[in-house]
Amino acid sequence: MKTTVLAALGFATALSMPANAEEIKVGLLLPYSGVYAALSNDIEAGFELAIEEYGSETDASFVLLREDTEVKPPVALAKAKKLILQDKVDVMAGIVSSGVLGAVRDLIDGAGVPLIVANAGNDEATGAHCSPFITRMSFSNGQVNRPMGPWMVEQGLTKVFTLAPDYAAGRQMIDSFAETFTAAGGEIVGQEFTPFQKTQDFGPFLAKAKASGAQAVYVFYAGGEAISFVKQYDSFGLKSDLPLYGSGFLTSPLYVNAEGPAAEGVITALHYVPTIDNPENAAFVTAFEAKTGRIPSEYAVQGFDAARALIEATKTGATDRDSLANALRQVHFDGPRGTLSIDPATNNIVQPIYVYETVAGDAGLTQKVLATLPATPDPINGCAMAPVSN
Amino acid sequence: MSLDPGFWALQTLNALQLSMLLFLLSIGLTVIFGLMHFVNLAHGSLYALGAYVAAAAATVGGYWTGFFLAPVAVAGMGILLYGGLIKRMRKSGPMAQVLVTFGLIFALLDLTRIVWGDIALAIEVPSLLAGRVSLFGIDYPVYRLFIIALGLAIFAALAMVLKRTQIGAMIRAGVDNDAMAACLGINVERLFFIVFCVGCALAGLAGAVAAPLLSVTPDMGLQILIPTLIVIVIGGLGSLQGAIAGSLIFGFVQTFGAVLAPQLASVLIYALLAAVLVIRPMGLFPAKG
Repeated sequence: MKTTVLAALGFATALSMPANAEEIKVGLLLPYSGVYAALSNDIEAGFELAIEEYGSETDASFVLLREDTEVKPPVALAKAKKLILQDKVDVMAGIVSSGVLGAVRDLIDGAGVPLIVANAGNDEATGAHCSPFITRMSFSNGQVNRPMGPWMVEQGLTKVFTLAPDYAAGRQMIDSFAETFTAAGGEIVGQEFTPFQKTQDFGPFLAKAKASGAQAVYVFYAGGEAISFVKQYDSFGLKSDLPLYGSGFLTSPLYVNAEGPAAEGVITALHYVPTIDNPENAAFVTAFEAKTGRIPSEYAVQGFDAARALIEATKTGATDRDSLANALRQVHFDGPRGTLSIDPATNNIVQPIYVYETVAGDAGLTQKVLATLPATPDPINGCAMAPVSN
Repeated sequence: MSLDPGFWALQTLNALQLSMLLFLLSIGLTVIFGLMHFVNLAHGSLYALGAYVAAAAATVGGYWTGFFLAPVAVAGMGILLYGGLIKRMRKSGPMAQVLVTFGLIFALLDLTRIVWGDIALAIEVPSLLAGRVSLFGIDYPVYRLFIIALGLAIFAALAMVLKRTQIGAMIRAGVDNDAMAACLGINVERLFFIVFCVGCALAGLAGAVAAPLLSVTPDMGLQILIPTLIVIVIGGLGSLQGAIAGSLIFGFVQTFGAVLAPQLASVLIYALLAAVLVIRPMGLFPAKG
């Protein structure tokens, strides 16, 4: 009802001020097919929801053009070229895989089209390979894991075994955790990187973790691997003696119900969980559930905030590629995740990190927030970027 | 590295469990290969289909409904594929068969996505097989022991049928020399159809068995295909001994590779595959001498 009223108001405003109405073409670049299709659906639903809810705050109107990257870098590059050269979009949003982001980075930087990253967490994208045209509204791999090092030492856990899939994101997540954990006085007693998307049976690695003498296990897994891992960890009965910690993607609301009771008691850190207690989040969860029938995941909120960042940028009067890129770098607002801002030194989001435990609730598994760790900007990581021009 | 004997017992059971899962998949594929000279790359997709059917049936009637329904449903799918596609492809060359069944992988993958969506499904382990038992001084999940026992039981049953029954003798004759078998009055085409259905049913069973252990995702069929092909190439086409030997080799190399040389774990099995192809191109236990 509220959205209808808002939409009607927006319509009325647009009618009364036709001279100011700018149409902004947005290219949504998401992997609608392939292994990340479920993530894409959440990002897209979040993106559309933000435009429905907040679109009336700006004079601009938005036209969405959707392209499927198929999680294939060459396909994504071709689709990005089409959006930029043929459709002449003003701004692009999306990108789930860091590999795809790496493939389109030079094209976007060269063409000068602003891109709002709605997932891909590769540290380099806002580090050594940063670009004034690429603004990240999702997270960076290091950002999610770095605060967990000191936090676990504070909980009295000083001997940890780590596990992650053997690819760039897996290594970045674990390395950033290991760095702050050892700096805070912890000790990594063992570390394994499992063949990425080739490991169905984690049994051999779990037996090693058990024999390592660690007090806890810290892992990063996502998607199908996360489900297999959490279930197998529980089936070996490790959870009671060797509690499971990790990056919060392990028990994402998107698939935690497939993990079932095996996920209970797992403690992880993430930039969003649906149970964060603030009015923006309560409204977001209600609206998202009404729209899709699902509880929003971190991917949904990334899509939602990507669209909100765009709306905030257009509120400053930005309408073309250059002015939008400049405005996106200075965006800040209170959203479901808390207070968000963009660090103009790297164009990465600055946001609080939530430590949460997966617990049994009234309707399936839910997330109990144990601690909110303060927002700190990522280190520059070799990013040399022109300052914001005003 | 741990010298605790329990650690090694645990890893041995892990290796056996993985081997048995692969055996259930590879036996169907290898006999279809050996008997029909037919390359069915879509075998992995049938496994995924089995897992999805089991997951869907489990939400309605519990684990055991899925366990028994999945092989039947997948065999039904096999009959459809046989009548619609494979029968026509029998006389075309292996390249056409590879292309058609390769295309089938993607058709079946998208079909599962359309029917069951992109979000991974899961089944709970049935209460009968939940929990752990103490064995050789270690705690081991009952469900994994069940997989090992099931694999061994199916191996024993198939060995029995192939060695001691008339239909087994006919299948062996067909694998050995199908033209001669046909001359002796064996309906090789019908035999082939039966074997194909049994192979599909076993793939469906493997899917149902794997579902509580792994997650049920649309691409699980693609992930298992390469290991299955490696198993039958190492073991040798068309033979039961080949399938079990190949599965055991794969399971042990994969598991102990991951323990002893984690950096090499993903390379080891391919190195072994290359070595087998160089030294014994027909595999370790080929059906034909």
